[in-house]
Amino acid sequence: MGERPGLSRRDFVRLGVVAPASIVAACGWDGGSLIEPRLRAVSRINDWVGEKIFFSGTRLAPQYPISARTPRRDFPAYSITYNRVGTYPQPPAGWTFEVDGLVRKPVRLTSAMLEALPRVTYTVKHHCVEGWTAIATWTGIPVSAVTQMVEPTRDARYLRFDSFDSRYSNGWDLASAMHPQTILAYAWNDRPLTAERGAPLRLYSPVKLGYKLTKYLTGMTFTRERPGGYWEDQGYPWFGGV
Amino acid sequence: MDPERPDVKRHHGLVRAAHWLNAVFLLGMIASGLQIYLAFAHFGPRGQPYYPNPIDGPIPRWARLGGWLAGGLNWHFALAWPFVITGVVYLGFLAVSGEWRSLLFRPRDIGPAIQMQLYYLRLRKTHPPQGKHNALQKGAYTFIVLLGALSVLTGFAVYKPVQLSWLTALFGGYELARYWHFWAVWIFIAFTLLHVALVLLVDPASLRAMITGWYRGRFPSHG
Repeated sequence: MGERPGLSRRDFVRLGVVAPASIVAACGWDGGSLIEPRLRAVSRINDWVGEKIFFSGTRLAPQYPISARTPRRDFPAYSITYNRVGTYPQPPAGWTFEVDGLVRKPVRLTSAMLEALPRVTYTVKHHCVEGWTAIATWTGIPVSAVTQMVEPTRDARYLRFDSFDSRYSNGWDLASAMHPQTILAYAWNDRPLTAERGAPLRLYSPVKLGYKLTKYLTGMTFTRERPGGYWEDQGYPWFGGV
Repeated sequence: MDPERPDVKRHHGLVRAAHWLNAVFLLGMIASGLQIYLAFAHFGPRGQPYYPNPIDGPIPRWARLGGWLAGGLNWHFALAWPFVITGVVYLGFLAVSGEWRSLLFRPRDIGPAIQMQLYYLRLRKTHPPQGKHNALQKGAYTFIVLLGALSVLTGFAVYKPVQLSWLTALFGGYELARYWHFWAVWIFIAFTLLHVALVLLVDPASLRAMITGWYRGRFPSHG
């Protein structure tokens, strides 16, 4: 048998033992301090692909008939506060929605002011990162309409949505926030939001996964730097677009 | 060594590399996918009876990669890149080198495939003549490439059901696309078990060929 180029039989035995062993060791494993940061780095690339390649600012999510709505008991709701203490967070007295950051005209909006603005209503499919979906009707004001009121400066590249739910927050790219179906919602299935759905005001959009849709809003802030978020900081994909 | 059976170069290095890389990436994709699946271990819209599901229970820890949902997602979406790139490079090589001719199952392979099946069922005494692969193998290797394509396409349909709504609609909507994505996993696993069993039982020399590139076994007709 003549000499052949490439790896020897022993090399292959080594490879055959080491590779599966390391995979077995990795089972149930987030990657550890060595790999996990690299997985997050790839996730940043996927965020870029999600925003620049897949996302369209004009493509609308399909709408469904009212009859397609998911029964209330089958549309799960959660909040960080609820998971901790068993009650949904209550808005602070004199609640307003603050819009500030890199804007020329910061505003503070009351519920009455918000509901006086032109509203959008749609019945759409909600996509949870866990893999389930549910259909419901949402009513609110486009984020883009409020953005026009405050006149962001040229430096503004991101939006941070804050809440009174144990400091839950989300960072958004402006393109997704300006999508015509991205709204500040105050009604669910034709009724004012209940505490479990994020009353008095929550973010809603059919172009993002559920965890990007900040409930119990206190305000939104235009920023230059990319804001993190409650789940995003723990490793969930930042862009979260569908 | 048998002078009647000289070694023949069977697999290009690129094919061997793609084969073993694909095995590792596919294993990672399946294990991280099972981690993701655990977050909602059902199929179909909420509020309606769920679709039939053979694995309607918890996925054991040894079969999962990622530790929790976010870890599973990050593994899955990171491994998806090399998984797809390996597949595209492999198919590109087959197209450019002409190797696809010995692998693609075409209508004219139907007759030989039946003969091959008769031989395996012992209804035919002699092994039908074959080239590098017999017609049943061609069928299997064509099928598995199609299954890979299906798993990638259903994956994108589940990943971007709004931006790629046309693709998601092609598979019957988000819930069904997720369902087919999942079924592809079980077919991959069944294929792999059968594939490994046949290699070891029928033609163990082909294992060496896929490692070193050199073949000295029962079916040397392809040089």
